Amino acid sequence: MSTAAADVHEAHDHHGPEKGIKRWLFTTNHKDIGTLYLVFSLIMFFVGGAMALVIRSELMQPGLQFVHPEFFNQMTTMHALIMVFGAVMPAFVGLANWMIPMMIGAPDMALPRMNNWSFWILPVAFGLLGSTLFMDGGAPASGWTMYPPLVLQTGDAFPFLIFSIHLMGLSSIMGAINIIVTILNMRAPDMWLLKMPMFVWTWLITAYLLIAVMPVFAGAVTMLLTDQFFGTSFFLAAGGGDPVMFQHIFWFFGHPEVYIMILPAFGVVSEIIPTFSRKPLFGHDSMVYAASCIAFLSFIVWAHHMFTVGMPLSGQLFFMFATMIIAVPTGVKVFNWVATMWRGSMTFETPMLFSLGFVFLFTIGGFSGLMLAIAPADIQYHDSYFVVAHFHYVLVPGSIFALMAGAYYWLPKWTGYMYNEGAGKLHFWLSTIFVNLTFFPMHFLGLAGMPRRIPDYSTQFADFNWMASVGAIGFGLSQLVFVYVLLTAKQGEKATDRVWEAPRGLEWTVPSPAPYHTFDTPPVKRVHEEAFE
Amino acid sequence: MNDHQPRISNRALTVRLLVFAAGMFAFGFLALPPLYDLFCDITGFGGRTNTTAAVVAERPDETRTIRVEFVATVNSYAPWDFSADVDSMEVHPGKMYFATFSATNRSSEPLVAQAVPSVAPVIANEYFKKIECFCFTSQGFAANEARALPLQFIVDPELPEYVDTITLSYTLFKTENTYVSRAR
Repeated sequence: MSTAAADVHEAHDHHGPEKGIKRWLFTTNHKDIGTLYLVFSLIMFFVGGAMALVIRSELMQPGLQFVHPEFFNQMTTMHALIMVFGAVMPAFVGLANWMIPMMIGAPDMALPRMNNWSFWILPVAFGLLGSTLFMDGGAPASGWTMYPPLVLQTGDAFPFLIFSIHLMGLSSIMGAINIIVTILNMRAPDMWLLKMPMFVWTWLITAYLLIAVMPVFAGAVTMLLTDQFFGTSFFLAAGGGDPVMFQHIFWFFGHPEVYIMILPAFGVVSEIIPTFSRKPLFGHDSMVYAASCIAFLSFIVWAHHMFTVGMPLSGQLFFMFATMIIAVPTGVKVFNWVATMWRGSMTFETPMLFSLGFVFLFTIGGFSGLMLAIAPADIQYHDSYFVVAHFHYVLVPGSIFALMAGAYYWLPKWTGYMYNEGAGKLHFWLSTIFVNLTFFPMHFLGLAGMPRRIPDYSTQFADFNWMASVGAIGFGLSQLVFVYVLLTAKQGEKATDRVWEAPRGLEWTVPSPAPYHTFDTPPVKRVHEEAFE
Repeated sequence: MNDHQPRISNRALTVRLLVFAAGMFAFGFLALPPLYDLFCDITGFGGRTNTTAAVVAERPDETRTIRVEFVATVNSYAPWDFSADVDSMEVHPGKMYFATFSATNRSSEPLVAQAVPSVAPVIANEYFKKIECFCFTSQGFAANEARALPLQFIVDPELPEYVDTITLSYTLFKTENTYVSRAR
């Protein structure tokens, strides 16, 4: 199979990539853009991580140690914005760029020039956002949720915050449209929708979520902008507006947003677990329906973020039960992964380790989410460290672990060499130990009443905070192992075209490293079916 | 898909998706605020209470007593003293009552105040009828002026049995430069 693809490659005498910086500035190649996205998100991951370490250093002991409370608030806000919009989302878009065309047998993304734009807007957006750190009044400090009226007290940074969010939204929407058009229009012959790999499926659903809610978010921040500068009163009570309306609109975006960050992770894990269990994915179609269900439900649960804001009993009941229903499709997915592993001949290479870590630890985050969904209990948990523990469990050992798993899984296909397996495993074990040390004590802190977004706390919380801070520093340093793996990625033995023993999917039918252009002609049915046998 | 001809061209699909995204922006920016307003006005959600004078006939129910509590808050940085003259009243449903609030402009410039009312619990909104209220219009204050602000209300006798306390809260805002989009 690989030789066939290689022959095709030779025969056409392609132009290679341009040399130097121009290659990256003007590229329309999905692999180049995928690499740009992935490198950018890794840099943002370290920037956001450094901010997290500022937060954890300050919280290591009670009292004010290192930073002023104002700067502390800037760090919590910027950490969240950078991690959500700069690290997790672009990383998944990067994986989508690299892998979706190769998984569906397409030569490139459907809209390659727009693809270049959607990437290059991002550094501009984060340049704007980062520049606010040096402005009068500092960076935004109102929390990433940007609730008015507090956010309207932001200093000079305010319009920069709004415009950088507009740009991030623009980038996401363009990327999502590109992915939808690619998936719907450029699949190999005979790859009908329900035959698509799970990663492609989850991204198709995610892309629809993105174009549905990012514009709503853009609308909400635009209203903040006009309230501040153009005399409107959307959210100003004095002028007849209602600040609670912002929370509704924000979470109408915000809840689907959390699934935007986790559905592609489901896809990545659904690719990896079958490979290392040497069995096909259990219940492929039910996985598709479950992901679609989750996407639909994400639109009707937003107010569970607002139980303490005050709402009628009927509203609380509706949002509580609607939220709990999400546990059903999510459970379908978790059980399907377990069933895929059941009686498989499993091996535990780094991608599989990260995927298993994902299944275990994401489930913990899912369960604490269920606890938060209980409206009467949420009144105690709200805005406490329990919430911090919950969403970090779904985002760090959830989304980030899935991203790491995907990076290790496809790295040999990208570079053509096997990465350093020992370092990879070390990376996994250090990350897993430290991520739990960081976030597990936060459950106890929250239940004991420690509020989030504070630079100082009562001495009763000191021990668990110390543990969490040690864990955070350890987790941060562990990620340097990943950098080491990347720097030495080409020093291992040459990877075969299939890389792993029993991977499924078209991406394994092209040579390793994947040539600059793949699938100039759509794969023939035989190749395609062998890839999925 | 055998012929590998997509049913719809890339361009047409892209345009449709862009239109969908633009539509979602319009939904968020243009449609949601009025919809939210409508929803709150109908349900009383968000503490929304009547913003124009209600016309209700008195039909006192002496058998029942409700406690009405008053909360007066000044929005941060507004240079006012603002308080309710009584903290709470015991009232019979269906009977008209008067209450007064006092406000003082502490600055040496004339200012305009707007009080924004809110009623809790939410269910009580539609039963708490303000006949006359200083919150219906903006209140101009001369420099250092102190003035009593009147309120006249009736609690509807249809108020559900289990409600025995209603809290009426006012927040006083400075409204200069603020365009009043809706009377509340």
